[in-house]
Amino acid sequence: MSLLNTVPEMVLTTKVDQLLNWTRKSSLWYMLFGLACCAIEMMQTGGPRADLDRFGMAPRATPRVSDLMIVAGTLTLKMALRTKVLYEQMPDPKYVLSMGSCSNCGGLFQLAYSVCDGVDKVIPVDVYVPGCPPRPEALTEGLMLLQKKMMQERWLVREPRPRAGAARA
Amino acid sequence: MNTAAIQQLLHERFGSGVGPVESARLSDAVEVDPLSVDEIALFLRDQPDLAFDCLNNLSGTDRPARGKIQVTYELFSYVHRHAFVLKVDARRDRPQVKTVENVWPAANWLEREVYDLLGVVFLGHSDLRRLLLPDDWIGYPLRKDYVEAPEYHGISTVRESILALPERR
Repeated sequence: MSLLNTVPEMVLTTKVDQLLNWTRKSSLWYMLFGLACCAIEMMQTGGPRADLDRFGMAPRATPRVSDLMIVAGTLTLKMALRTKVLYEQMPDPKYVLSMGSCSNCGGLFQLAYSVCDGVDKVIPVDVYVPGCPPRPEALTEGLMLLQKKMMQERWLVREPRPRAGAARA
Repeated sequence: MNTAAIQQLLHERFGSGVGPVESARLSDAVEVDPLSVDEIALFLRDQPDLAFDCLNNLSGTDRPARGKIQVTYELFSYVHRHAFVLKVDARRDRPQVKTVENVWPAANWLEREVYDLLGVVFLGHSDLRRLLLPDDWIGYPLRKDYVEAPEYHGISTVRESILALPERR
């Protein structure tokens, strides 16, 4: 008889990776990073109807305590430099969700002289949510996708994270 | 008072620096000398018959065919409920216009915007910096011959498109 069966209901067995990932995905604090109209939908998602709180998510006003950056809106070249600084200020492990056409690829404004066409030119992106702007349901789906991705992370044997622009170099 | 009457007044006061009434589709306008526009503006504001107390808008237009950059002042008087459009032609190779910031404080940012996007230097402006674009931006994007830089701080501005767009200059 194993030890486990002698103390039923008091011991849970799991893997370190799984436990860490479970705690992390269940308290995903996101940085408020609304750049344009997508921010309105992001606020709706944080509001009572879509209710991000049920995932343990809370908006933060500073990158230094955030796990996730939701880039919501048109990224100008001026803002792109700041975005990079903000991303570097976030503590590891950190994730980026690109919300809406503008931050995915520049969207409607991609041919404008002042617009950076895609936040992935500056920082690595984990999940892209399409839409112009995406409805709260779409953003929620993107966040659940991110949680799924987070559950696959491995911490005991770590691999370096991809660098910005690697996907589109 | 209509545009013709105002032009008459200005012509009597300032002589050859005031042009004739130009008819346009939306509103008639009067062109004046760019280096005496500040005195004319003060006159327009302080003359009791005119009392243009509000600068509705100040904008710039590049007209390379004429070799000019045109600055347009849209004025309104809350006292008399009449409007007036003033225009100024600055030389394209060396655009210099006197500031009207001391007459209407609203001109401060509007002139900075025109400087930012068209490179018009407003002589006597208290704080002539770029308003929208980053300080280290090269060139003036609203000029017709503006050529976009291939990158900005290492961020490529070459936009790939799956649609066969006409080649951009």
